[in-house]
Amino acid sequence: MALLEVKGLRASYGPTRVLHGLDFALDEGSITAVLGANGAGKTTTLRALCGMVKTEGEMRFGGARIDGRLTEDIVRLGIAHVPDGRGTFVNLTTEENLRLGAYTRKDRAAVESDLARIFTYFPRLKERRRQQAGTLSGGEQQMLAVSRALMLRPKLLLFDEPSFGLAPLLVRELFEIMRTVNQRERVSILLVEQNAAMALDLADRAYLIETGRVVLSGPADEIKRDDAVRRSYLGY
Amino acid sequence: MTRRVYIGVAVLLAIACVLPFVVSNYRTFQLTLVLVYAIALLGLNILTGYNGQISLGHGAFYAIGAYSAAVLMDRLGAPYWATLPAAGAVCLVAGFLFGLPALRLEGLYLALATFALGVSMPQLLKYHHLEKWTGGVQGIVIAKPEPPFGLPINPDQWLYLFTLAVAVVMFVLGWNLLRGRVGRALIAIRDQHIAAEAMGINSALYKSLAFGVSAMYTGIAGALGAIAVQYVAPDSFTIFLSLVFLVGIVVGGLASISGALYGALFIQFVPNVADEISKAAPWAIFGLFLIGFVYLMPAGVAGAVRMLLLRLWGKSAK
Amino acid sequence: MDAFMHQVLSGLATGGIYASLALALVMIYRVTHLVNFAQGEMAMFSTYIAWSLINAGMGYWPAFLLTVLLAFVLGVVIERVVIRPVENAPVLAIVVIFIALLVILNSATGWIYSYTIKTFPSPFPKEPLFGNRYMSSHELGAIGITLVVLVLLYVFFRFTPLGLAMRAVAQNPESSRLVGIRVGWMLALGWGLAAAVGAVAGMMIAPIVYLDPNMMGGILLYAFAAALLGGIDSPGGAVIGGFAVGVLENVLGAYVIGNDLKLSVALGLIIGVLLVKPSGLFGKVHVTRV
Repeated sequence: MALLEVKGLRASYGPTRVLHGLDFALDEGSITAVLGANGAGKTTTLRALCGMVKTEGEMRFGGARIDGRLTEDIVRLGIAHVPDGRGTFVNLTTEENLRLGAYTRKDRAAVESDLARIFTYFPRLKERRRQQAGTLSGGEQQMLAVSRALMLRPKLLLFDEPSFGLAPLLVRELFEIMRTVNQRERVSILLVEQNAAMALDLADRAYLIETGRVVLSGPADEIKRDDAVRRSYLGY
Repeated sequence: MTRRVYIGVAVLLAIACVLPFVVSNYRTFQLTLVLVYAIALLGLNILTGYNGQISLGHGAFYAIGAYSAAVLMDRLGAPYWATLPAAGAVCLVAGFLFGLPALRLEGLYLALATFALGVSMPQLLKYHHLEKWTGGVQGIVIAKPEPPFGLPINPDQWLYLFTLAVAVVMFVLGWNLLRGRVGRALIAIRDQHIAAEAMGINSALYKSLAFGVSAMYTGIAGALGAIAVQYVAPDSFTIFLSLVFLVGIVVGGLASISGALYGALFIQFVPNVADEISKAAPWAIFGLFLIGFVYLMPAGVAGAVRMLLLRLWGKSAK
Repeated sequence: MDAFMHQVLSGLATGGIYASLALALVMIYRVTHLVNFAQGEMAMFSTYIAWSLINAGMGYWPAFLLTVLLAFVLGVVIERVVIRPVENAPVLAIVVIFIALLVILNSATGWIYSYTIKTFPSPFPKEPLFGNRYMSSHELGAIGITLVVLVLLYVFFRFTPLGLAMRAVAQNPESSRLVGIRVGWMLALGWGLAAAVGAVAGMMIAPIVYLDPNMMGGILLYAFAAALLGGIDSPGGAVIGGFAVGVLENVLGAYVIGNDLKLSVALGLIIGVLLVKPSGLFGKVHVTRV
């Protein structure tokens, strides 16, 4: 059964319709990439999944309807969203940010071991655990945002342009971690990315969005090998 | 304004002129106060309704106008009609001066600053160094004006007609001001102040002037009120006066000229009725009406009347 | 010199009272970014509830604790029922609702309890501590209680998960939702805590100024001045601000402007701080979004 199913998703910001009826699905344990140009509606799709914009249409997570529900309730079902802009609590410490990620969890001991594990993935965060998150560098804040999402022990991770503003080395590191988390902990990933090449390397499946509609979908390596698609839609 | 509206207003005016001769003196006095409050509410509406600057301290300007009139009449022997332009001038300046620093305060903070002004007013009026002029806690008693030219009407009726005339003048002036360029500028500043500035509207000037004009209106109302009641004392001008004005414009209708009149009727007559139930009842009712109007009728009575008339006249226009 | 010390010390005493109400104001502001004009009346109403309980025979401290609890519930209810519908409404609507709350609480109290002044007991002994001439035991006790409340709040915010969640909501409601925090309930909790703190303030104030529906009017103004001076989002600042306002009020009143005009000290401070340094002495600078 698909972990996430979206049918006929329409979304608007006020009077402006941005998504015009998206259909897609994700299987459990998969990595799915959502690609497209700026303004195509990729970020809006992620926000719609989290109930952060007004939507019409059907969205199901693990079989349960999530359209029309509050963000905090959707999150509690096991969806963690790393937004563009990262959404760090800049006036709280690194450690406080991480602990907030685990806010809804009741298994205290597991939270502590998860925290320790995050610190092994990201030793720099451990160094800066008592520093105010706003003083971290861009790359470190991105690591922090990803870690905070991981602290939720989500079933589905939503990434909004994680490579944005990061040095290439850091981007590679980040994508490695995504692969590890997906393989070792069976966390499904929905990845919105401008960097189509790297996204297609990582993903199992990809959807291409243009002005609020899905124009192409398929296994990632097929899309990667299709020269015509690459040139016209992905620009490389 | 369509001809229908002109006729409607003319009819209302005619009725208003006749009223003092068909009702009791006490009722006439109450109606005089309604007119006074209407002028004050129009003043507050110019600032808060049209220009979006929240004032919880307009009672202070009312008090300044009232005391100006009282001091001029009782200490300096001025005639009652001369106190109006004087009160207006004093409040215009006072309002403008308050409006200048207020430029830097937005929303809740401006409300807080004006709230502070409203709360401190009675104490300022009781200041013993000014007692020679203000009469301290006791206040000042004012003589009732006599009808001029030996007209065969009693002083209450004269005062009502005088107030009515002033009210008509103030309302016409206000209407002219608000429906023209100035009104549009004020509303633009309220709703989209960045766009307004980009369009070349000097919002600092307009906002301070709005404060001044608004204070002027309320000050003139204060002077008229003092003359009608024949008495000013510090404890008549507590924060609750400022709050009752707020009730008046919310119930009457923000950014509406007719709203000032509806609001004035409400704040004058509700306490009369509610007082019978209990001393606390008027404010409990005011509070409930405030909540009710914010949730259910944000356009106030004026808005409701407008919709009603549109429905009635809209049909017959077909 | 002795007279000056007297003014300063009694200023600290009244300052302690302003500080306790200012703490409640800061609590609400921190979590909701709103200035609660009805805070004084909420505190006053809670104090009347305490009076009823004590009058019915309950001991002081049980009545105190029960009142704090009831005030907490009242705060939560007010937020969920009255404030929530207008949380995202224009500022004027919010201000009007606050004023409505103020007048309804004020008149409801007058209706239920009448306007005759009542005495309210103090839990502290009548004799001044060590026989000193400057502060009564109650005034010292009130300062003590205010400091205890401040410490409890500090511990709550810094060391408990709920406190952390509330700090998160105050800074970034959207990100808070993304970690599953129920933002609506956090706001209600903030109101509940502020109401509880206000109730404590009211019960400390009432023995001094006597219980009367209008007792909080001037004090609210001083509390606003204190909160602004210390920084409208800083609890520690509010307490320091409270003491500062109390001392300033007394000293200026005695030596500069006369006792009649003391409230104008509050007025001057409010306007002064708002114009010169709106974030106060210890608050964080807030950029008004354009």
